[in-house]
Amino acid sequence: MGRYVLRRAGQGIFVLWAAFTISFFILYLLPSDPAALMASGGGETDAVDPALLADLRAQYGLDRPVLVQYADALWHAVRLDFGTSYSSGASAGALVLQALPETLKLTGAALVLAVLAGTGLALASTFPRARWVRQLLSSLPPLGVALPTFWVGLLLLQWFSFQIPVFPAIGNEGAISLVLPAITLAIPATAGIAQVLARSLRGTLTEPYVETARAKGASRARVHFAHALRNAAIPALTVLGVLVGGLLAGAVVTETVFSRVGLGRLTVMSVNTQDIPVVQAIVVFSALVFVVVTLVVDLVYPLLDPRIDVRRTAVTA
Amino acid sequence: MSEPLLEIEGLEVGYRTRGGGTYRAVRGVDLTVARGEIVALVGESGSGKSTLAHAALHLLSRGGSVTAGTIRLAGRDLGDLTDKEWEQVRGREIGLVPQDPTVSLNPVARVGDQVAEVLVIHGVARRKEARRRAVELLRQAGIDDPEARARQYPSQLSGGMRQRVLIAIAIAARPRLLVADEPTSALDVTVQRRILDHLDGLVRELGTAVLLITHDLGVAADRADRLVVLERGVVVEEGPAEQVLRDPQHPYTRQLIAAAPSLSSARLVVGGSVAESSRPVGRPDGSVLAVRGLRKEFPLPRGAARRSLVAVDDVSFTVRRGETYALVGESGSGKSTTARLALRLERPTAGRIDFEGTDITDVRGRELRRLRRGFQVVYQSPYASLDPRFTVEQIITEPLRAYQVGSASERADRARSLVDDVALPAEVLRRGARELSGGQRQRVAIARAIALHPALVVLDEPVSALDVSVQAQILELLVRLQAEHGLTYLFISHDLAVVRQISDHVGVMQAGRVVEQGRTDAILLDPQETYTRELIAAIPGRRALAGLEESR
Repeated sequence: MGRYVLRRAGQGIFVLWAAFTISFFILYLLPSDPAALMASGGGETDAVDPALLADLRAQYGLDRPVLVQYADALWHAVRLDFGTSYSSGASAGALVLQALPETLKLTGAALVLAVLAGTGLALASTFPRARWVRQLLSSLPPLGVALPTFWVGLLLLQWFSFQIPVFPAIGNEGAISLVLPAITLAIPATAGIAQVLARSLRGTLTEPYVETARAKGASRARVHFAHALRNAAIPALTVLGVLVGGLLAGAVVTETVFSRVGLGRLTVMSVNTQDIPVVQAIVVFSALVFVVVTLVVDLVYPLLDPRIDVRRTAVTA
Repeated sequence: MSEPLLEIEGLEVGYRTRGGGTYRAVRGVDLTVARGEIVALVGESGSGKSTLAHAALHLLSRGGSVTAGTIRLAGRDLGDLTDKEWEQVRGREIGLVPQDPTVSLNPVARVGDQVAEVLVIHGVARRKEARRRAVELLRQAGIDDPEARARQYPSQLSGGMRQRVLIAIAIAARPRLLVADEPTSALDVTVQRRILDHLDGLVRELGTAVLLITHDLGVAADRADRLVVLERGVVVEEGPAEQVLRDPQHPYTRQLIAAAPSLSSARLVVGGSVAESSRPVGRPDGSVLAVRGLRKEFPLPRGAARRSLVAVDDVSFTVRRGETYALVGESGSGKSTTARLALRLERPTAGRIDFEGTDITDVRGRELRRLRRGFQVVYQSPYASLDPRFTVEQIITEPLRAYQVGSASERADRARSLVDDVALPAEVLRRGARELSGGQRQRVAIARAIALHPALVVLDEPVSALDVSVQAQILELLVRLQAEHGLTYLFISHDLAVVRQISDHVGVMQAGRVVEQGRTDAILLDPQETYTRELIAAIPGRRALAGLEESR
């Protein structure tokens, strides 16, 4: 087990390195010039004093060959130093850490919401005896996936902040400001979990061992909860791992719509100003989240299903 | 007859079909099981026997319903029970031993807990006490070291052991009636025999009545007090087992008796009159396949007690042209691995394989692909081995296309003649494999296998997934094709009864070794090894036959 985690950690380090390297070169290949962007303060880049540009390039080391820049950036990144932001002059890593708590609150709340609501919806769309209830509820997840996040956010704002002012429209003040953005962010994730889990449950309920359980005299509820749910959970867990990444991406839109401070807003701003160090720090952090979530999901599988042995699957994976 | 326990009168069960009609699966069936009696319900797939069993437990699949008739258990009409009341009946009054043990246990729950659950559901015992009783029940069902087994998951147990767990579940709450739905069809014959022996003893000891559902008249005759023969939803014959066997009244019953491999004996020959010696026996040097000292080791995962598993150990045999060589043994005896080695689908650890006089042990790449034309395989499951998206014509001509044989129209002609060879109507060529029955699919698989005129056809349990009556037809087909085309077969099976009907030579495999080999009739008449004797004794129907012989 320890060996397995070690090997996975090694794979994770490779993923982080690859994310860093690919994003570095993509950003380097972009046609605009970060020094010019800095000098103009985001305005027109043509009318900048060439001497100032040269100074800035020298100051940030942008005049060196690209491989030297890369090696230098990598060497610093290994020590968690992503350099200083071009636009604010603060440490890029510090900016990410500063923005992180608000985004963690938002995505964490959305994740909990999505797991509870998604599981609930999956059960509600498979358990009732009445066929029409099951069919009606089964049609909800595709709808949830199809709704654009920004539009749902704006609708919620319209209804619950302006028409019936229950929740604040913008800002980061207190738990109450979290409600609408968390719901907005959770809707596609809920739909994803509900759809996969419901489908998996329907499949599981036709398995022969479910008939064995019914032949024991098990009630409908016992069959559903004690036998089918755990067997059906594996595909849903896989989806959950992917959805966590989706939540991070969704935070970009949600934080913009609700004017919240956080990682999503920081991403938008740094991409706009081509603030390479900050974007790099965000990319590496997101990759880290993926690596950790995937590892956790893989470690949970064998707890759900004794047939899955991580040490064995790791060899083929 | 003693007091009736299960009384079924005029039962009709229908399934709604997609066209809006109703398919009448069970039509006006009367059936009685007395207390402590074992009644076998015999019929082919589609005869409605499983439907009947499920109706008795109110477990019909979606779209199925009882449309007429009554089911009484110990005088109580089960017709108008609510779902809640049925939950009291299932497991407590009627236990079910399901068909396929490999898929009938919850894979993520410990087997002990799955047995204990019955006791908890019916309030027989509380959790802790139920666990203790579960261990006792597992012991009763014939499981060694039940304390340890109870903590294991189904995937850690063999098929036979899983069926014992299912038996423990079925008897846990001491129901008065057991419905056993093909309880051993998915198991090797030797395991089947041990489990049926055990179940037999158990129910007689507990005084439980059994409704045994089976397609195998041999099994039914060995185990049941009374036989009920079902054809297309209608009872065509019933009576004491011995009487039905000795003096079958209905033609369908006679057909089933003729089909049961266990009840017939000699090797099948074309036309029934061709003497065995007149078939082409082949020159002494006419060997198609010869393996010498074959050995295969599989590495075991780290942490296992041993480094590697020896699946095949010093196996030698020769398959001669125009003959059938059978490898017989239980699951895990290495017979399938041996076949895979001979086909060069696996690399042997040691040994030598000669195919048509050439050493092919180390052949690879293009040369191996050329050789593959010469040996074709028919697999056990005709459901899994045919691509459901292909038409039958595409399936049959696939090997021809793979080796670029003939033009498109020549291939179409060949497909027509092959379909004719395996006695299927030409119209199936345009149909998809999923529209065909199991027997028809296996015919398609055979047509595909002989499309390239292979020197050797490997038949890997080709009839194990089929009903006995269909088995007989497929075996007859194989024998006829062999005579017509001079085919050479390597036949893999766990069932000596089947092997006896088709093979000239047999090798008995146990734990990776060939423990005994020789002419099939000689081995069957005079087995030298204990294991071979055990295999012969496991053939169902022998007990019933022996009983008949004595009474004559």
